Amino acid sequence: MDALFAQLFAGLSLGSVLLLAALGLALTFGQMGVINMAHGEFMMAGAYTAFVVQSVVGDAGLSLFVSLPAGFLVGGALGVLLEATLLRRMYHRPLDTLLVTWGVALILQQLARDIFGAPNVEVRAPGWLSGNVDLGLLQVSSARLFIIVLSVAAVVGLGVLLKTSPLGRRIRGTVQSRDLAETVGVSTRATDRMTFFIGSGLAGVAGVALTLLGSTGPTLGTNYIVDAFLVVVAGGIGQIKGCVIAAFGLGTLQAAFEYSTTASLAKVAVLVVVVVFLQARPQGIFSVKTRSLV
Amino acid sequence: MTPIVRRHGATLAGFAAVAVALFAVAPSVLSTFRLSLLGQFVCFAMVAVGIGLAWGRGGMLTLGQGVYFGLGAYVMAMHMKLDDAGPGGVPDFMQLYGNGEVPLWWEPFRSPVITLVAVAAIPAAVAFVLGWAIFRRGVRGAYFAILSQALAAAFAILLIGQQATTGGTNGLNGFRSFFGYDLFDPVNKRMLFFIASGALLLMLLAAWQLYRSRYGELLVAVRDQEQRVRFLGYDPALVKTVAYVIAAVMAGIGGALFVPIAGIVSPDDVGVVPSIGFLIGVAIGGRATLFGPALGALIVAWAETSLSESFPSMWTYFQGVLFVVVVAFLPRGFASVSALWRRRPTPATEPAPQRQEATV
Amino acid sequence: MDTSSDSVKVGFVNSLSGTMAISEQTVHDSLQLAAEQINDSGGVLGKQLDVVSEDGASEPTVFAEKAGKLISDDCVAAVFGGWTSSSRKAMLPVVEGANSLLFYPVQYEGLEASDNIFYTGATTNQQIVPALDYLAEQGTESLFLVGSDYVFPRTANKIIKQYAKAHDIEIAGEQYAPLGHTDFSTISNKVKAAGADAVFNTLNGDSNVAFFKEYRNSGLTADDMPVMSVSIAEEEVDGIGLRNLEGQLTAWNYYQTVDTPENEKFVEAFRSEYGDDRVTSDPMEAAYTSLYLWKEMVEKAESFATDDVREAAGGVTFDAPEGTVTVNGDNQHIAKTSRVGAVGDDGLIHTVWDSGEPIEPDPFLESYDWAEGLSAG
Repeated sequence: MDALFAQLFAGLSLGSVLLLAALGLALTFGQMGVINMAHGEFMMAGAYTAFVVQSVVGDAGLSLFVSLPAGFLVGGALGVLLEATLLRRMYHRPLDTLLVTWGVALILQQLARDIFGAPNVEVRAPGWLSGNVDLGLLQVSSARLFIIVLSVAAVVGLGVLLKTSPLGRRIRGTVQSRDLAETVGVSTRATDRMTFFIGSGLAGVAGVALTLLGSTGPTLGTNYIVDAFLVVVAGGIGQIKGCVIAAFGLGTLQAAFEYSTTASLAKVAVLVVVVVFLQARPQGIFSVKTRSLV
Repeated sequence: MTPIVRRHGATLAGFAAVAVALFAVAPSVLSTFRLSLLGQFVCFAMVAVGIGLAWGRGGMLTLGQGVYFGLGAYVMAMHMKLDDAGPGGVPDFMQLYGNGEVPLWWEPFRSPVITLVAVAAIPAAVAFVLGWAIFRRGVRGAYFAILSQALAAAFAILLIGQQATTGGTNGLNGFRSFFGYDLFDPVNKRMLFFIASGALLLMLLAAWQLYRSRYGELLVAVRDQEQRVRFLGYDPALVKTVAYVIAAVMAGIGGALFVPIAGIVSPDDVGVVPSIGFLIGVAIGGRATLFGPALGALIVAWAETSLSESFPSMWTYFQGVLFVVVVAFLPRGFASVSALWRRRPTPATEPAPQRQEATV
Repeated sequence: MDTSSDSVKVGFVNSLSGTMAISEQTVHDSLQLAAEQINDSGGVLGKQLDVVSEDGASEPTVFAEKAGKLISDDCVAAVFGGWTSSSRKAMLPVVEGANSLLFYPVQYEGLEASDNIFYTGATTNQQIVPALDYLAEQGTESLFLVGSDYVFPRTANKIIKQYAKAHDIEIAGEQYAPLGHTDFSTISNKVKAAGADAVFNTLNGDSNVAFFKEYRNSGLTADDMPVMSVSIAEEEVDGIGLRNLEGQLTAWNYYQTVDTPENEKFVEAFRSEYGDDRVTSDPMEAAYTSLYLWKEMVEKAESFATDDVREAAGGVTFDAPEGTVTVNGDNQHIAKTSRVGAVGDDGLIHTVWDSGEPIEPDPFLESYDWAEGLSAG
């Protein structure tokens, strides 16, 4: 019984990591059709931000709370830079953005290697996050609990932003019909840039959070990018709830498979499940009704 | 001049140039080592021809060609391992890491005939099942790209996990002979290079004929306006699947020839990174041109080897910058440079707007 | 190979890019240091070493290609480098085909003895077996095995399981994670649930960071369930985080803290060359030693030719930083002292046990009764 709860929590926790990694992607991919392969490297940038902040601030607890917004800004700034210099001219050929951003990812990785060195760096977790908490039924790692809370906060925050703010309205309008949105006076260009800022910023936050669990090194992003895209694809684009369900679904699935088989087979099994699932629902769990022909 | 020469003079001259370069120039100026290195690149070029067909002409951005390259390569490698072990023998690594028995699914590849058929048939079958399933349900654009990438990731993980039967991260290597010919003999190495070059030329010829055919027109039409093709009564899924299968077969053959030339295949040659690596040459050469993908692949591979010999870390930057500059600013690759230079409109091979595709 | 001029070429092939660059760059650095020192002291047989470096790019196929290039194009006298088993396996047919020499500096899974390779890192009976002896001595009755999913961990665990069977140690579980795997909550759940006396860790690279963070977060400590690692050296301590590692065990032949005059000189030379913040580790020391061993062999043979060097190799000794090492002419491994260490609060690893004298290499574990039938061949 304990094992069951422990695994449920492992799945939930993995899901929250996937969700953090995929949320920003879902946003940029959903709105602009841009496939940003450098998203993983934006996460890496967030993780290194945490490292830099910590070496300046010192105290692990304080630095975590400085790092989260700082990671958001760094990720967002990189995103805007990418959008303004390259992607802006490529909206009419989204598939190509995949290759361009892959190139950017390579450059960013090598940059990280040259700036911070090839070995991993250590980001210390604050004391209150490096133990476990007793939830009655089981003891869970407090870092993982924190990440679950963080991912929920990110989803709620993003949801509120999209539903209630004027910017959110513009974003939703642009996703549903770019032409119509322009007709009624929405600057889709400015909206795109803001979306990219937020989406990439979320990657930075994810990166900061990941320093609590794993290594902080130049290849941090590559470990997550394929999985994050799978979440987006399975979730369907344009809506957050698809992304949430897909992330927790895949996380739980991976944890369950992993418990009964091995980690390697679990990864393969999850991929197969996604391919089969897309047979049934080629547009993912949810998709926004758009006015395009298909 | 006969009509064919008049109409296709430039193309025929291209074929002649490729043939002369591969069969006459390269063998006379390169050392045995460099020649077999070029042989490996020729195998990559075969994959590139297939990608040119699927991506350049068909609009399917396939990020998983490493899978088909790997299927062809592992099939050939399994045969060579069994062949080296002798009739009824067990390959060396299975004795070390496995239970000392040859698994059942290896057995068919003892036969040279089955191996030769399987090199093309297995990639074709996998591509058909996958392509048909995916395209029939209307999954395309970015969705297809990401799924094909996930496939490459899964394939590599699977290979690594089955150490006793696939060699795991070590891959398969240490071959001594290729269908009875000693692989250490320089004459045989040279022969392998010629075989690979011949295969590449044949694939280019096949691609040329395909592009000129009715099917080639249809494929481009599907890329540019899938709906209209459907309204005209064709099945776009079938059209795309055919191109995807041909690309897979080309990659499979490339992989199969890569193994005896390089002497090794490992999961690192088939996963996500090499699969994307295949694309850069195609993008540089001009994805929708006939010779571009193959030439681009050769140039990139050559540049990688020589640059990484002198500046290992520079190569990563260079590769990144290449992707960015070529794809963002020269979407038709070097073909667009030469078109500028010739100051005339490019032929109808321009990639069409894909906006709708990605937003499904 | 061209030996007519006043210099002779040697080839280094290490991954300077890709996932293995983290580790292999350090080996490359210490090889360079050894080459400079040898050149400063007059070279080998009066010839200066002309180093040709190649990047293995963390891919076996590239290692095979570059080793071929070094041998055929540059005509080097010997090749030094490689780290992963797959890179060694990839270069093996190349050096054998050209009858050249490869000096491989990293501990590995054994079960190999090529005439064209000198193995200067530990084989299994110089690292894994002593580590198991140590654990058994400490009263360990059950073990949990955690490893990355590739050749070394799988083979190591095969040996461990056989050892355990003969020594009444229970294997409480065996788990593999794909290379680069970063989510260890499930594996750590399994470890915790199994409640073994100790964990034997053969994880590689980044996975160690995630594993040790998870291990500590789930409340497991070095006191109640120590982890014996065979792939974590001084280099990795910083990235994993000292707090996550303190007190945990490792098994190697060399630590930076080893107390020999040669080591003092080695550490000092290395730091003055590459900076005071750098540490030295076992594979670095083995690589440094490999170049000197080759020098000794060549000078004993008075020839650079592969066959002569191989002929002369048996019995060649060198006072290495880890202590005196001797080449075994039969299997071309070297006799080394085995050491178990614990990670101290200074971030370095301190010896808690050593074998006292060098252990003769036995890559096929032929002298161990319990290891019978280990490889099916």
